[in-house]
Amino acid sequence: MSATGAPKKKPTHEELEATSAGSGVPVPDQIGSGFEGGVIDQAKAWLSRVRGGEMGVLPAVAGLVVLFVMFTIASPYFLTDRNFANLLTQAAPYVMLAMALVFVILLGEIDLSAGVTSGVAMGLFVVLSNPGGIKMNWILALLIALAAGAAIGTFIGFFVARVGIPSFVVTLGLFLGFQGLELLIIGTGGLYRIQEPAVIAIESNNLEPWQGWVMIAVILVISFATAMVDRRRRTRAGVPNRTITLLWIRLVIIAVIGGVVVALLNQDRGQSLLAITGVPIVVPLTLFILWLGTFVLDRTKFGAYLYAIGGNPEAARRAGIKVVGIRWTAFIICSSLAVVSGLFSASKVGSVDASFGTQTVLFGVAAAVVGGVSLFGGRGRLIHGAVGAVVIATITNGLGLLNLPGGVNLLVTGGVLILAATVDAVSRVRAGGSLTR
Amino acid sequence: MAQPIVELTDITKSFGPVSVLKGVSLKVYPGKITALVGDNGAGKSTLIKGLAGVQPYDSGTVRFDNNIVGLHNPREATALGIEVVYQDLALCDNLDIVRNMFLGREETEWGTLDEGQMEREASETLRSLSVRTVKSVRQKVSSLSGGQRQTVAIARSVLKDARVVILDEPTAALGVAQTEQVLALVKRLAEKGVGVLMISHNLVDVFAVADYISVLYLGQMVASLEATQTTSDDVVGYITGSKTYTGVNV
Repeated sequence: MSATGAPKKKPTHEELEATSAGSGVPVPDQIGSGFEGGVIDQAKAWLSRVRGGEMGVLPAVAGLVVLFVMFTIASPYFLTDRNFANLLTQAAPYVMLAMALVFVILLGEIDLSAGVTSGVAMGLFVVLSNPGGIKMNWILALLIALAAGAAIGTFIGFFVARVGIPSFVVTLGLFLGFQGLELLIIGTGGLYRIQEPAVIAIESNNLEPWQGWVMIAVILVISFATAMVDRRRRTRAGVPNRTITLLWIRLVIIAVIGGVVVALLNQDRGQSLLAITGVPIVVPLTLFILWLGTFVLDRTKFGAYLYAIGGNPEAARRAGIKVVGIRWTAFIICSSLAVVSGLFSASKVGSVDASFGTQTVLFGVAAAVVGGVSLFGGRGRLIHGAVGAVVIATITNGLGLLNLPGGVNLLVTGGVLILAATVDAVSRVRAGGSLTR
Repeated sequence: MAQPIVELTDITKSFGPVSVLKGVSLKVYPGKITALVGDNGAGKSTLIKGLAGVQPYDSGTVRFDNNIVGLHNPREATALGIEVVYQDLALCDNLDIVRNMFLGREETEWGTLDEGQMEREASETLRSLSVRTVKSVRQKVSSLSGGQRQTVAIARSVLKDARVVILDEPTAALGVAQTEQVLALVKRLAEKGVGVLMISHNLVDVFAVADYISVLYLGQMVASLEATQTTSDDVVGYITGSKTYTGVNV
């Protein structure tokens, strides 16, 4: 028999065997789900998925390890507790921006205005809250900035989801227009220093050492609890669970990596008599948003519909999904999270000027792609964007320590982006897919 | 004869000046397979899009279980238990079989997806249709062959107690063995008591499974016959308009 149907790819030997099962074969009691078997079966299944092109975050993590080894050899300063904390705070704005963009990239859309959106919102924030100016309460000013982000997302969503203009065009227009709006809000050549200590604290202050350990404990408890809820539901439904050993392995990995990171950050990294210890405050903030976003994408209908629309919008529409509403919401989430990224960035830099955020958006897109998110939509997770952003921040940080000319940084970042895209494309072609999708 | 589950009477539909359906009548019976045949442009797609609620009819009555219903959007059709399997299958390649089968009607508990429940129901539905060709319900659809995709699409349609399933050219683009499997699946669908309306260009397939054959010609139903009472040659005649049938019984 031949699988001459509409498959876009050549069926593998296994599929042919599966489809050629004649009518003499008895109907199985239960159709498999890939959850059966012990650790070794699961590892084999995972390996075959990776070989089949579902590399996920693997290339980015491998790249990160390579970069860490290279920079540790090349610079005595790279793997120090001080630089490690610095790397994390440098990465945080990019991680937030990449996560923001993942929401629209999953739809196969793009938001080129995410950077300037953060600039407009943070411009509003500093103008409203600055002690020399309107002197608004900083929390209120921050809420207004976030609302401005949501409003911008609503605006983009209207033109993309409702009117049907390609997001590339709408957000390119905003990218240009908002650079002007930033100039109008802040004033040509203007620069506002962030004066509110609480905002500066996000990137500059640290948790108490014990709070870092509590953070790891909370992460472990939440991971364990959600896994147990999943297992209970599967047991109740009478479908197999993955072997529980896998859960233990995962928790041990989280505990070890998290433990090393917290232990490293709890060292005194101060250069003077004043001790600086602890996990930067931005780390738990970012991890919380990562967890919340991943929860929404993996476990809610909204997340399921986002992936469905990214995969096949027509199928989603026929299934009764309100495609316009989901698209619209994704743009609102993206712009709102972009403002959070701007907040981190302003906290790190300590000021907001009229060109704030104009350079960052393509780094965010690059981070998502490096992490394994497909620009065609439907493939990728928030953690991919986050890891990709750490890769890009590591390149900037490491090359900065080597005293190389600034241009080298951009060249290397661009090279890594193309490399990541190539790895992704080649892995899918090997798996029988096509280069373009 | 049993009570029809769906009965269309004098359906019309125009796109601007072009009149596509000119007073079409059609019946679909529970547990029976009705084949809808006709040449390109005869109005088959327009007729089923109306039944699916995607493109409402201009005039005419739709009776479902003998009650007059309006089909203004896909949700109304779905609520009645009318499901359509389109020719392009409308599956999301990037999602697995379970997520595809439940697309738009996921099982939730406390606002979160109940994957275990969905996986069990998907697996049960596939087994109730005696599907042997799918190894794992968590396979991505992108890894499936054409016949397996058709299987998933049909299984999706009957997941939630569908009463009427409309199949748009289910065997087009399939190889011989896969066509055989899908036709067997269509028969099992009818055996479950579902009213099946199958569009097809392939008269061999039509005569292999259909109980009734309805022929559309240029927007009019020119013949509605029992499959056993007619021949392939006659049906070709009605499709091409070279023959007319006087005893149209609907």
